[in-house]
Amino acid sequence: MRITHEVVDHVARLSRLDLTDEERRLFLDQLNTILSYFAKLDTLDTEGVAPTAQALAGENVFRADIVTPSLPVEEALSMAPESRDGHFVVPAVFEPDDPERTR
Amino acid sequence: MSRHRALLRNVVIGLEIHVQLLTRSKMFCGCSTQFGAPPNSQTCPVCLGLPGSLPVTNRRAIELGLRTALALHCDLGERSQFHRKNYYYPDIPKNYQISQYQYGVHPPLAVDGWMEIDIEGELRRMGIRRVHLEEDTGKLVHPEGADFSLVDYNRSGVPLMEVVTQPELRSPAEARVFLNALRQILQYAEVSIGRMEEGAMRCDANVSLRGPDGALGTRTEIKNLNSVRAVERALAFEAQRQAEVLAAGGVVVQETRHWDERLGVTFGSRGKEEAHDYRYFPEPDLAPIRVDAAWVRDVAGSLPEMPEARARRFAAAYGLGEYEAGLLVATKSPADFYEAAVAAHANPKAIANWQLGDVAAYLNEHALEIEDLRSRPEHLAALVRLIDDGTISGRIAKEVLAEMLAGGEEPETIVGRRGWVQISDEDALREAISAVIASHPGPVADVRSGKEKAIGFLVGQVMKRTRGKANPGVVNRLLKQALG
Repeated sequence: MRITHEVVDHVARLSRLDLTDEERRLFLDQLNTILSYFAKLDTLDTEGVAPTAQALAGENVFRADIVTPSLPVEEALSMAPESRDGHFVVPAVFEPDDPERTR
Repeated sequence: MSRHRALLRNVVIGLEIHVQLLTRSKMFCGCSTQFGAPPNSQTCPVCLGLPGSLPVTNRRAIELGLRTALALHCDLGERSQFHRKNYYYPDIPKNYQISQYQYGVHPPLAVDGWMEIDIEGELRRMGIRRVHLEEDTGKLVHPEGADFSLVDYNRSGVPLMEVVTQPELRSPAEARVFLNALRQILQYAEVSIGRMEEGAMRCDANVSLRGPDGALGTRTEIKNLNSVRAVERALAFEAQRQAEVLAAGGVVVQETRHWDERLGVTFGSRGKEEAHDYRYFPEPDLAPIRVDAAWVRDVAGSLPEMPEARARRFAAAYGLGEYEAGLLVATKSPADFYEAAVAAHANPKAIANWQLGDVAAYLNEHALEIEDLRSRPEHLAALVRLIDDGTISGRIAKEVLAEMLAGGEEPETIVGRRGWVQISDEDALREAISAVIASHPGPVADVRSGKEKAIGFLVGQVMKRTRGKANPGVVNRLLKQALG
C-alpha cells in the first residue's frame, strides 16, 4: 500500500490536525518510509502461522471487582486547562441528538 | 392495498442494545460505578486516560458477559480480544474507546446465538449476532447559552455490554416483545437491572423495508431510544416515513436519525455525515481473554433457569395455564416467591390465583415489588392452607390477606385475633339457614321446583348472615337437606 495525499489529509482530519502543505509532503514521505518496513514483512511466508493480535505473552490478566479509591476531584481536575463546578471545561460541543447541531 | 401499505408489511429490524452491567467497579480500573456521585469524584488516571496508566480487566464484567452469552445460546470463541475504537470527542478522554470489534482472527466475546420470543402465541427464534464488552464514555453537559461544555468522567470506563441482533424482527411490536424478553433474561441472569427507563439498557435500532423483489432496502439507524415504548414508536414512525419516501418514488438515504420523544418524529442530521472511520486495532495494553471449558461449565452451572423454560415448567408441573405461567415468571422475584409458597403448601392453582389476583392488585395499588412485602411466601401458603382445611372461607381469606399484606402478620394470628374461624358446626349453622329460608320464599320455591342454581343465592345469604364465617360447603349440604 502507498500513502497518498488523500490518505494524509484523511488521517489529519480524523486526528483534528491542520497541516501546512509542507507538512503534508513531509508526512507523506515519512509515512511511506515507515510502511516500506512493513512491506518487508509481506515477503515472509506466513502460511500455517496463526494470526496474532498482539505481542503480550499472557492471557486472562484480570482484577477482582473491588472498588478502590478514586482521585480527589481537585486532583483529577488539576491538570485541566480550565475547570468549573467540578467539571472539565471544553469548547462547546453539541450532543448528536441536539437539533442545534444541524444549524 | 396501496403500495406503501404493502411495503410496511416487509419491515426488517435489527437492534443494538447497550446494557449496564451489575459490577461494583469500572471495566478497567477500581473506580466505583455508583450513580449520583458528585461530578468527577469517581475517576483515576486509567479512566481519565492519563499518560502511563494501564487498564486491567474486571473479571466480573467478563463473567456477566459470559452469563449473557450462555443465556442467549451463543458460540463462545476460545479466545477473544479488546480493540481500540479511535475517535475524537470530549466524552472519551483517551481518544479511543476500548471495545471489541468483530474480526475473524480475534473475535468478540460471543457470536451467533439466539433467543426465543413469543409472537402472538408462536415461538420464534431471533438470531443474536454478537455479545461484546466495552466501556462507557463520560457525560457532556451544555449550560444554556454557554460557549463551552462541561465534562463529567464518572461514567467513563463503566462496563457496558452490547448485544446485537440479526435483522430478523419484522415489526415494531416484535422489537418491543424482544426487548421485554431480553430484559427478563438479563434480570434472571443477574447481569443487569435491565430497566431502559433508568438507563440500564439503551437501544439503537436499524430499520429498512424489503422491496417487492425481496431485496433488503437501504437502512437507517435510529439513536436515542430510552424506553421500550420509544423504540416501538420510533420504529413505527421510521418505517412509515421510509414507505412514504419509496411510495413517492424517492430513495431512502442511509443515515443516522434521532428520535424526538416529544414530537414523535425521527430526524436526520442535515450536516454532512462524516463517514465513520474508527481505525480499530487490537488493544496492546490488554491481554487476550481465554475462556476454557471449565470456566464455561462454572458459569453455566451458576445460571438460573431462564423465564421461557420456567414458564413451560410451571405450566407442566403446577397445572397452570400458559397465560398464568407467563405472568408468574415475567420477573424473577415473583416467580421465586410463588415456588417457595408452593413448596410450603402444595396447592399451586390456588396459590397462583391469590398471587396473581389479590397480591398483585395490592402491589400495584401501593407501587411495590413483591420483595418489598413483609409477608413471606410461607404466609401466602398458610393462608391457602387455612382455606383448604376449612378453617376460613374464601371470602374471609380476602380480608385476612389484606391485613396480612399490610401488617406482615401470619394469617393464623390474624384469624385467631379476629375470631374469623369458619363455622362448620352444623347446629350453629342451622339457625342461620332457617332464618334465610323463612325470609326468601321466592328462591326457596325455585329450588324446590328444581332450579338448582337458585341455591347459590341462598348460600350467599347464609354467608352474609354469618359475616362470611360459615363453611359454604356445609351450608350448601344443609340447605339441600332442608329443601329436599
